[in-house]
Amino acid sequence: MSVREVLDRCAAQGRPALIAYLPVGYPTVEGSIAAMRAVVESGADIVEVGVPYSDPVMDGAVIQEAAETALARGVRVDDAFAAVSAVRESGGTPVVMSYYNIVLHRGVARFAADLSAAGGAGLITPDLIPDEAGDWIEASDAYHLDRIFLVAPSSTPERLAAVTSACRGFVYAASTMGVTGVRSEVGDAAADLVERVRAVTDLPVCVGLGVSTGDQAAAVGAFADGVIVGSALVRALKADLDPAGGNTGELDPDLRTLRSTTAELADGVRRARTTTGSR
Amino acid sequence: MTSEERQEPVQGQEQGREKPQDLRPHDVARPGRFGDFGGRYVPEALIPALEELDEARQKAAVDPAFTEELARLHRTYTGRPSILTEVPRFAEHCGGVRVLLKREDLNHTGSHKINNVLAQALLTVRMGKRRVIAETGAGQHGVATATAAALLGLDCTVYMGKVDTERQALNVARMRMLGAEVVAVEHGSATLKDAINEALRDWVTNVETTHYLIGTVTGPHPFPEMVRDFHKIIGEEAREQVAELTGGLPDAVIACVGGGSNAMGIFHAFIPDRQVRLIGVEAGGEGIESGRHAARFASASPGVLHGAMSYLMQDDDGQTVESHSISAGLDYPSVGPEHAYLRDSGRAEYRYATDDQVMVAFDLLCKTEGIIPAIESAHALAGAMEVGREIAAECGPTAASETVLLINLSGRGDKDMHTAAEYFGLLPGEDEGRGTGVRA
Repeated sequence: MSVREVLDRCAAQGRPALIAYLPVGYPTVEGSIAAMRAVVESGADIVEVGVPYSDPVMDGAVIQEAAETALARGVRVDDAFAAVSAVRESGGTPVVMSYYNIVLHRGVARFAADLSAAGGAGLITPDLIPDEAGDWIEASDAYHLDRIFLVAPSSTPERLAAVTSACRGFVYAASTMGVTGVRSEVGDAAADLVERVRAVTDLPVCVGLGVSTGDQAAAVGAFADGVIVGSALVRALKADLDPAGGNTGELDPDLRTLRSTTAELADGVRRARTTTGSR
Repeated sequence: MTSEERQEPVQGQEQGREKPQDLRPHDVARPGRFGDFGGRYVPEALIPALEELDEARQKAAVDPAFTEELARLHRTYTGRPSILTEVPRFAEHCGGVRVLLKREDLNHTGSHKINNVLAQALLTVRMGKRRVIAETGAGQHGVATATAAALLGLDCTVYMGKVDTERQALNVARMRMLGAEVVAVEHGSATLKDAINEALRDWVTNVETTHYLIGTVTGPHPFPEMVRDFHKIIGEEAREQVAELTGGLPDAVIACVGGGSNAMGIFHAFIPDRQVRLIGVEAGGEGIESGRHAARFASASPGVLHGAMSYLMQDDDGQTVESHSISAGLDYPSVGPEHAYLRDSGRAEYRYATDDQVMVAFDLLCKTEGIIPAIESAHALAGAMEVGREIAAECGPTAASETVLLINLSGRGDKDMHTAAEYFGLLPGEDEGRGTGVRA
């Protein structure tokens, strides 16, 4: 299923989609793939497979640390494609989130071919703007991949029009000025930005950065087509390490914290547009 | 586009910028590009700030209120023009060529960094922002930024890798003395590249009130072009000073290249002078074979880091590889995009000097001329020793004695005394260590 089909199906159900970010290779490649399957089973509609990168300037401390751990343990870009296949097999819809040098170094066309072959629906590029994305736009057209660029509260109307016209699948709206991370509240800037995006495009608009609880997911889901959660899930996955105590690096085979956090968020998006949805 | 008047007409005027017709670093259709290099590989959130900065610096370049204030600060605060010093005793070790040093080490704060910092700090005020942030490796750019912030009453936060705060504890104290907040960055390799990552995260979060005062000719457009323009005064002064002293142009201009700001600063005025060799010297660290170096042009391939496409030390997956150098200021895995362009186009040549070669040159300049250079700048000195000897070997002593090498002595070595003392074993109670080699 394409990203757009998933979002349309959720919309038909009167709810936003839950988009779950997890980095491949954290805590291990196998562990991360198990975690991605678990979030699909617990109600995530789309899985954002993160490719760990040495210099992740859009990520806060939680995801940085997970990426560092994954890289220190030898995760490779190929592992991301394996994770994409696994998500697809488990019934989820995978997109990849990658900083651009990873894509560039593999060769933009080759990256697109590999992503497509693995069953990936598209790519989120946090440090690539459409102005610099000629090669990726060409490759994503050739392989029918969605290309998801970001917009931010600072984006001018002209930028919003230019960026969204290059997007396919959905538009990623950054809820606040800043990097990924858990925030106690997601401010009004997100609602304002979504409204401004809707003025220039018919594409679905999904909101990320800072969402960590079911209530926040419900609040954001009241005005967004999708709610993107990353750091809160990585933190939950971290809590599933060493369930028996100590520092063994073992992962709870049931991934209980990750599943319950995902289920809470899935519940949040399901009550986002009902009268009981809270802000 | 900023451009100061040149004395003699130069062919190929375009957008007010002089450039020879066969060398077009700026693709009109793709602003901010030097051939294939440069660009803007940053989060969308920063684009409005980059646009604002680009507009502000273009307006400022033609506004006497800005250019005159900057010129006044250069004259009365920095101490410009910096002098030119001929160093004949050092030159004896360079195959007998003539060697001239452009003395950026004599600037206030001890390096060329202040040229760019004062200009960007003035721009910050013009943009109505009250806070600057900066990255620093050795601490030179951080100290210069803290200095300008104190001068203009701006808030200042400097990001510095934790490893570097330990290596350069005195510079941390200097920055704090000047009123800046210094944040030790513990992520990643905890060195310069990680300090830049953290500064970018701060900027994305606080961009409305904050200017990111990047210290070298890298980063997203307009930084590489702008920082070069704020340093090109080095080459413009030197070109006149060399002409006054020798009646002509130098045969080669030599500078060390980390990010590459001092090199772009001294190269830029000479780019149209095709007969002048432009030679950048990278940090060879422990040698290319060791993998522990920062000689990007000797080993790297094109890639994107910190907003710009350039040569990048990276692994098979495109992950950044850590660089190594005895000088923190050259310890960076990428290089300014205009250098990548000058290299690929053949206009400039790049070589490297290993830590050991550099410390020989460092020692020599101290002993022969009474000038203690920054270890960064000693890379240029080591390069000059090689180049001079090559010329003498190829062309003979008479031709060598008529050859003029202009070196950018970009900084002074006070900050490096700890490293030098350790390297040479100069501290009381220590063994002789390697010992200083020269009794010139």
